[in-house]
Amino acid sequence: MDRLQVIGLCVRLYMGKFFGLVLAAIAFTTFALFASRHWWMPPGASQGAPLLDRELRWGLIDIGIIFLLAQLALAVFVWRFRARAGIKANTFPQAVRVALIAAVLFITFELFSAATLGWRAWAGVYAGATRNNTISVEAMGQQFAYYFRYPGVDGKFGQVHVEKIDPSVGNYFGLDRAHDGDAKDDIVSAELVLPVDRPVDLILDAQDVIHSFYVRELRIQQDMVPGMRIPVHFTPTKIGKYEIACTQLCGLGHYRMRAYLEVMSEEDFQRWMLAHR
Amino acid sequence: MTRTPASPPSGLLRKYVFSTDHKIIGIQYFLLSLFAVVVGMALSWVMRIHVAWSGARILGLQFLSHTGAPGGYVTPEYYLSLLTLHGTIMIFFVLTTAPQNAFGSYVLPLQIGAEETAFPVLNMLSFWLTTLALIVLMATLFVADGPPITGWTAYPPLSALGAEAGPGLATGQTLWIISIGIFSIASMISSLNFIVTFVDMRCPGMSFTRVPLTCWAWFITAILILLSFAVLLAAVILLLLDRTAGTSFFVPANLLVSGKIEPYSGGSPLLWQHLFWFFGHPEVYIAILPGFGIVSHLLACFSRKPVLGYKVILACMLSIGFLSFIVWGHHMFVSGMSPLSGFLFSIPTIIISLPATLTTLLWLGMLWGGRLHFTTSMMFCLAFISTFITGGLSGILLAHPAIDSYLHATYFVVAHLHMVMGVSAIFAIFAATYFWFPKMFDRMLNERLGLTHFALTFIGVYCIFIPMHFLGLGGSPRRYAMLTDDFLSPTVSLHRFITVAALVTGAAQFIFLFNLFRSMFTGEKAGANPWNATSLEWVTGRTRSLGSAAILVSHGPYEYGETSTERDFVLQSERPEVNLKP
Repeated sequence: MDRLQVIGLCVRLYMGKFFGLVLAAIAFTTFALFASRHWWMPPGASQGAPLLDRELRWGLIDIGIIFLLAQLALAVFVWRFRARAGIKANTFPQAVRVALIAAVLFITFELFSAATLGWRAWAGVYAGATRNNTISVEAMGQQFAYYFRYPGVDGKFGQVHVEKIDPSVGNYFGLDRAHDGDAKDDIVSAELVLPVDRPVDLILDAQDVIHSFYVRELRIQQDMVPGMRIPVHFTPTKIGKYEIACTQLCGLGHYRMRAYLEVMSEEDFQRWMLAHR
Repeated sequence: MTRTPASPPSGLLRKYVFSTDHKIIGIQYFLLSLFAVVVGMALSWVMRIHVAWSGARILGLQFLSHTGAPGGYVTPEYYLSLLTLHGTIMIFFVLTTAPQNAFGSYVLPLQIGAEETAFPVLNMLSFWLTTLALIVLMATLFVADGPPITGWTAYPPLSALGAEAGPGLATGQTLWIISIGIFSIASMISSLNFIVTFVDMRCPGMSFTRVPLTCWAWFITAILILLSFAVLLAAVILLLLDRTAGTSFFVPANLLVSGKIEPYSGGSPLLWQHLFWFFGHPEVYIAILPGFGIVSHLLACFSRKPVLGYKVILACMLSIGFLSFIVWGHHMFVSGMSPLSGFLFSIPTIIISLPATLTTLLWLGMLWGGRLHFTTSMMFCLAFISTFITGGLSGILLAHPAIDSYLHATYFVVAHLHMVMGVSAIFAIFAATYFWFPKMFDRMLNERLGLTHFALTFIGVYCIFIPMHFLGLGGSPRRYAMLTDDFLSPTVSLHRFITVAALVTGAAQFIFLFNLFRSMFTGEKAGANPWNATSLEWVTGRTRSLGSAAILVSHGPYEYGETSTERDFVLQSERPEVNLKP
């Protein structure tokens, strides 16, 4: 009896069974936890959210089934094929072809879903057409706060002058209200206030380092990069207050960089605009 | 090419410290990684405790940094420092160093029947440069402002600006850049050595189709390292220039930091991300491809069957290597890159899962009908397949730009990357350690301890990383030092479960360390070929060099099955008459 047989004798009676059982338990538990939806996304609150939710749901179902099948196959094979005296190993060279066909089918399916469900959900955020009643807002990230500005009645954003930025007088954007006509009626706020059911063009910018604009309920996450003006489009569909969180490591206060998005009725929004003019 | 055998080095220093012997260098790399992984794991404990119990006091930590952890209370910025060190140490000094350099240096020349690597002195140089890089990185713990807080990805402008943008961004960040630069050079040198060794030093009869898949994997990984680390080296040099020489490669104009306008003009923060991820994505495969080789190789041995589809697996590894260079944009779906590019990058990202899926199916096919021997080494191979499936599948989900735009920078991605490149690669390292330990130290690792270590680790990693997927689905951002708001506070219980699982799993690693160091000295003596394996490293003992002239290979790498002798395998160097029964 050589070494491999001695070692094998000690463990082969139970190790494969143990692994098979543990793995099956892990696979079923994981699958059940996902299926139970106990921990899940907060409900969507934008027009694009159902598209993304649908893609994510189908994606999870798809990979969930493959996950379960693959882990169980592994568990069953390991349970079943321990080395036994007198039983030879069997080879199946033709299995290569089966594996190839299975892999190609799986990936073709994935490509297909990416090109259909995936493309639609992705295009919704970035390729939204500008419509008449669209509201334009600019969001600016800085260590460790957000500021938002609305163009006011003239519909034009005033010029930004970096040297004029002075938080002590509330000039977070560096507006030259004295000389710049476009800037005069710009509304600046630390909270993003939007009317419900109206399309929004949000332009993202940053003042110092890269930040991010993440609103879970809108299903939108987009980096805010200094030197770039990055547009995102969405239409809030539910009145409520949502958290805006920074998800791009931006320095020591990253964990507390927050703002709020408040979606209100059109009338409330107009009232809010008047109050801040 | 004839080579005169080098006379054995004399003197302790030349033999064990500044050695040019690939076997010693392999063990040196292994020990370096072992040190690094212990540090990296300890850092993750501190981070996990701090996240789950905000305001917890971690006694003793104040002695490491009295500013970062006054009285043992971790500050938010120190959390980010620990996170940066954890990522950097694990990615570079563990996942790049152990599977490729430790086992590659040791095993590759033996398996191809070479007497040494092609450039032994370069081999030694690359090890000592790697050590220097680790020392420079660890030094950041002891400089005044502490380690950098920019994560292992070091995105500028944060990483390009100085102390005004935050703590750790002065000397700490500069040292980080220097460390990564040195590491890149070391990795390229060693890759060059691997490539030449693989191509030029195979012994007679060792044709390309007789080379074990392990060696193919190390060879392909070496090519990836050479091409990708060259770009990383360039990127960190540019970043260093931005910090010290007044250039503006990555920093745009008109930045206002701490009330001061920065003197930069016209740089692009996205340029760094393109360069970094051009390195960063191949890096994922640098960590995992050696695992592909190791698992294929070991599965054959422990299922006593030839590798199923040797050439197919080889083709898969080659195509993964190639495709890994055209998928980097999937790290940048939300970076501000053109959304159309995002969509286009998602296509090769999904396609790269084709060879990965195929390889996994072939591994499963190898188990079917095999005579499985459940050694610790085999168990870790099986665990590798399981975690690779789990992490790979969540990767397919993240390849969809819209889904990624919700899950990007959440714990879902943390779970995915740890499962697929962290845990899987570590399992491959464990499998390799238990397999080649008898070769390295002439003694066996204790199997009882090994299987205990395996069982705890396997269950543990699932307890740690499956819950993280749910944190991510719920929208918990990664890299948060504390859970301060109403939205995240309900996740505290999940965080605590993860932390406890991480501490228990971490504690189980001491079983491994104990087993390792005890078995080195008191383990059961190993015979010449304890696993009844076929490849050349088992042909001769540890002390005797192979002497390429003496070896003639006349068999393929995986001839397991009924033979004309009593054994169920044919050594590669066996006479041609010994054959597998058809």
